[in-house]
Amino acid sequence: MAQKLIYLDNAATTPVDPRVLEVMLPYYRENFGNSASRNHQFGWVAEEATENARKQVAAVINADPKEIIWTSGSTESNNLAILGAARMYADKGRHLVTSLIEHKAVIDPCKFLQSQGYEVTFLQPDNKGRVSVEQVREALRPDTVLVSLMFANNEIGTIHPIPEIGALCHEKGVLFHTDATQAFGKVPVDVEAMQIDLLSMSAHKIYGPKGVGALYVRRKKPRVRLEPVIYGGGHERGMRSGTLNVPGIVGFGEAARIAKEEMPAESKRLAGLRDRMWAGLSEHLTDIARNGDPQHCLPNILNVSFLYVEGESLMMGFSDIAVSSGSACTSASLEPSYVLKNIGLGDDLAHSSIRFSLGRFTTTEEVDYTIKSVVRTVNHLRAMSPLYEMAQAGIDLSKVEWQHH
Amino acid sequence: MAYSNKVIDHYQNPRNVGSLDQNDPQVGTGIVGAPECGDVMKLQIRVDDQGRVTDAKFKTFGCGSAIASSSLATEWVKGRTLEEAEQLKNTEIVKELALPPVKIHCSVLAEDAVRAAIADVRRKQEARTSAGAGAR
Ligand SMILES: Cc1ncc(COP(=O)(O)O)c(C=O)c1O
Repeated sequence: MAQKLIYLDNAATTPVDPRVLEVMLPYYRENFGNSASRNHQFGWVAEEATENARKQVAAVINADPKEIIWTSGSTESNNLAILGAARMYADKGRHLVTSLIEHKAVIDPCKFLQSQGYEVTFLQPDNKGRVSVEQVREALRPDTVLVSLMFANNEIGTIHPIPEIGALCHEKGVLFHTDATQAFGKVPVDVEAMQIDLLSMSAHKIYGPKGVGALYVRRKKPRVRLEPVIYGGGHERGMRSGTLNVPGIVGFGEAARIAKEEMPAESKRLAGLRDRMWAGLSEHLTDIARNGDPQHCLPNILNVSFLYVEGESLMMGFSDIAVSSGSACTSASLEPSYVLKNIGLGDDLAHSSIRFSLGRFTTTEEVDYTIKSVVRTVNHLRAMSPLYEMAQAGIDLSKVEWQHH
Repeated sequence: MAYSNKVIDHYQNPRNVGSLDQNDPQVGTGIVGAPECGDVMKLQIRVDDQGRVTDAKFKTFGCGSAIASSSLATEWVKGRTLEEAEQLKNTEIVKELALPPVKIHCSVLAEDAVRAAIADVRRKQEARTSAGAGAR
């Protein structure tokens, strides 16, 4: 056993980079002011800090700093984008387009709108997790006000054809929101070139603090207006009231700066490690499948189904390595991953899948150690798997009459 | 969720993993669960002429608690008569392995697998006695 735990769950959250923490600390101590205090030094210092962070975050996506609205994270950003646009433009129409593999923070606000009399089209992605421009085009109606499609999926890493969808939406005069939580700071994102109107980001996925995020809201061509979700003192151009989390925002800014600066080298390094992992697993194991789209994917996510073994028992075999599973057993709902199901994986394969998400602090040694541990565990479990035994005997598992319970 | 030491022990050193000949008249096989549900257990027993379980084997696809429940069940039925083995209760498995509420279904499945194996071997025995009677 390794002495130290290996963290390969960076799509869930990331540790705060020590460089980020360093710049945050003064804003808990001496620079504790409220950035809305306009009449003294404490307020000015705080405001300067949040405005500097605004520039840093805007720079990552080629936005104007004025177009950044601070929030508590992507869940809030998604809610504000979807509920805010739907309510603001309700007179124009009450139809939205999204997909079946969005994060719950998009799906649930959409479902809430359905309960309020809106109509929502949930697009079914292909078996690699991609929604096509043609699908979006066909779904658009005269009363469509918003298309919300994630930039990259959090379970399988698949990247949607964002620039093409952005162009389509602008051609049709429909607002385009993208949940870029997983893509922001990892792959190039350009709200101008990609014609994005609303974009959600979160600090804790890019080595910043938890509970801080932002929503990009386009100010020109078109000028997007949103009905707030949180009412109050009128902060953030009236779209999101509440005293700013100054240290958190400062940390988000620094995290964004570092991510942008290191992206070219870091995304290559991560893709190299991810490919090494897949190559290592494929070399030593039969009957495994990579989920997602290898042509269009994040550099840091590898999702694999290990046939005939169940995900939670797999994770138990390498308990010194932190990963996520598509298995029901690991979720409160006892349902296997809806993302995997909606890209056409049977429940059995969804139960057998593991997401490895690599990060800034992942090393080659950790990847090699993980390959070894996974291979050993899969072999251990297949030796006691009735499904593996049946498959080896040539039995078609899909034809067996199972006793459901 | 943390696993009890007993679950971890059964997971790492499962007892009685393997298969018996499904066509052997003295072997009973129980297969319960479904891959889509995330667990499938195969539990087999060999029964001697006195109706005593002389051997038990299992193979399980499922979480660690499912593996441990079936491993423990094979240990417990060995040496028992069919009547005794039939008394095995899932609650005993829950207690022994300290399973949390969300894992109780694993113990239920193990109990079902034992019952299915017993039913299978009884069916074979009855078929044999009636076949024997018919030959006379
Ligand atoms: C794609 C996606 N959207 C939204 C969220 C929610 O973000 P947050 O934790 O900042 O609310 C996550 C993170 O879990 C995510 O991966």
